[in-house]
Amino acid sequence: MEKKESEYWRWKEYNWKSPELNWEDFEIITAGVDIGSVSSQAVVMGDGELFAYSNMRTGSDSPESARNAMDWALKDTGMSLDKIRYVVGTGYGRVNVPFANKAITEIACHARGANWMYGPSVRTVLDMGGQDCKAIRCDERGKVTAFLMNDKCAAGTGRGMEVFADLLGVHIQDIGELSFEIDEEPPEVSSTCVVFAKAEASQLLREGWPKNKVIAAYCAAMAHRVFTLIERLGMEKEFAITGGIAKNVGVVKRIERELKIEALKTEKDTQIAGAVGGALFGKTLVEKGKG
Amino acid sequence: MKANYGYKDGSGEYFITIDTDKCNCCEECVKVCPAGVLEMVPNDFDIEADDMPAVTEKERWKIKYTCAPCKPVDKESTPPCIEACKEDAIEHSW
Amino acid sequence: MFAGIDVGASATKCMIVDESKNEVASAVRRTGMSLRKVADEVYKEALSGAGLEPDGIKVVATGFGRKNVDFADSIRTEISCHCKGCYHHFPRALTIVDIGGQDTKLIRTNVEGKIIDFKMNRKCAAGTGAFLEEIARRMDVPLEEMNGLALSSEREIEIGSYCTVFTATEILSKIREGEKQKDIVRAVFGSVIKRIQEMNPLIGDVVLTGGVVAHNEILFDLLEEALGREVLKPPKPQFTGAFGAALYAMM
Repeated sequence: MEKKESEYWRWKEYNWKSPELNWEDFEIITAGVDIGSVSSQAVVMGDGELFAYSNMRTGSDSPESARNAMDWALKDTGMSLDKIRYVVGTGYGRVNVPFANKAITEIACHARGANWMYGPSVRTVLDMGGQDCKAIRCDERGKVTAFLMNDKCAAGTGRGMEVFADLLGVHIQDIGELSFEIDEEPPEVSSTCVVFAKAEASQLLREGWPKNKVIAAYCAAMAHRVFTLIERLGMEKEFAITGGIAKNVGVVKRIERELKIEALKTEKDTQIAGAVGGALFGKTLVEKGKG
Repeated sequence: MKANYGYKDGSGEYFITIDTDKCNCCEECVKVCPAGVLEMVPNDFDIEADDMPAVTEKERWKIKYTCAPCKPVDKESTPPCIEACKEDAIEHSW
Repeated sequence: MFAGIDVGASATKCMIVDESKNEVASAVRRTGMSLRKVADEVYKEALSGAGLEPDGIKVVATGFGRKNVDFADSIRTEISCHCKGCYHHFPRALTIVDIGGQDTKLIRTNVEGKIIDFKMNRKCAAGTGAFLEEIARRMDVPLEEMNGLALSSEREIEIGSYCTVFTATEILSKIREGEKQKDIVRAVFGSVIKRIQEMNPLIGDVVLTGGVVAHNEILFDLLEEALGREVLKPPKPQFTGAFGAALYAMM
């Protein structure tokens, strides 16, 4: 019954382990498992340093997704799950992580993770997830001071971008670059709703717009959508983006343009911010004697 | 922390803001809400803190509709949740 | 003779009535790209169906594409035409719910048929025909089979998502969980009803109208179930706007 479509939305799943660190040298090993509605990440940290992680698509069963993500993160590390002192579950499926010691909301975890990823100067974090979009303000320790979240509507979420990748027949990881291969910046797609935006894009293609121009118009619409979220919460420097869309330069550059501010850059993987935050909360809890 | 629950749609912005720094966790707002929009949840943002009030996940998408009966046209009387809060920790954006 | 032409986002409707407000002919076509062309075609089809010539017929156009009907004598908003049409069938204070292809309107009228207030959703596909169309496409069910499938459902399930896109994802996981197609389709219609109830409280006598409900009668059952009382159904709900326009042509 599920309609077969070319899977342009499908992004690559992967795992990573530190080439230098050895788990036997760590005093406290903690983990964060972020079960999102679209993707899941498991992050293992030793004494607050990133040791290993995985990023994969969430399956229909949250506990199984959590186990798979953790197994894959630990693969080839020579370490087993029982060496982890404290596991924090976060994300939409946070209460369904069978081996977690505690569940913490992803808003708190993303702020903490962004603080680790981008440094203590971060005050505003935009997390663009698969099925939601969060604007978060935090202090120099990564503690949340205000937040706002949109999970009612797909506009401004990764899922909305996946729908467009499918419609245009463009692989999702190429969308960002292609959105700049245009003669001039087009007006943004005017419909906020993804369903109506899709119809509008189809119409533009029929009118003879090149594909890249349509992509640019949608990236701009998405940027505008999240801009209004940040505007409502109030912007304070420095600004950083986490989540899957942070990897889409087409949206990121246009958000920067609207906000008239540059987002902090990182070499690290923006999709693991939530799980990193979870692992760091785990460490704090162990140190406070609550683990 | 200012927690904003709600959404923005074609007709406007609908957010309930709860300032957890002002909130004394007395639970009165939860008790007086006739529509069950609020509930007490663990405070994940401050592990030491007591449970805090939050808008239930089910209501976050439709507070414009659910809160409508408490919104008088004259705008003079206050919705019960705001009225009940002695610390002025609750705000409605509309 | 009097004609009303309703150029909607999805379908264009024409109805011709005589002096006693009885239907003489009607026609409907998919709106498509050219609004001028479809208005012209649907009018000609209705005329030939009744064996009429255009001479001496007064025409009023309505719907979002009403300004494209060159041959119309005047134009009216679809809100006033829906009211006019509904009030003719049910002359009392009404709450009119018009589910269109791309928008949903909620209109309240007083006993005289005057509009007290109205709400329109055209920013979001949820609760409109576009929602049903998108979900039918994602489920690979022909749109015209949705109603029959829903009527055969025996189990009540709930869809929690608000957004059309998220609903599509939720449905895929429901299918994986082993839920039956017919039960899911019924829940999809239930979601439309929920979105309408969230727009504004439905008070007094409620009329359900528009093309979407004409093709999906289950929406009447579900709304009656949700409200716990009878919901009024105009004859030929898809043509309420065109009928109202024809009544305006008479004035």
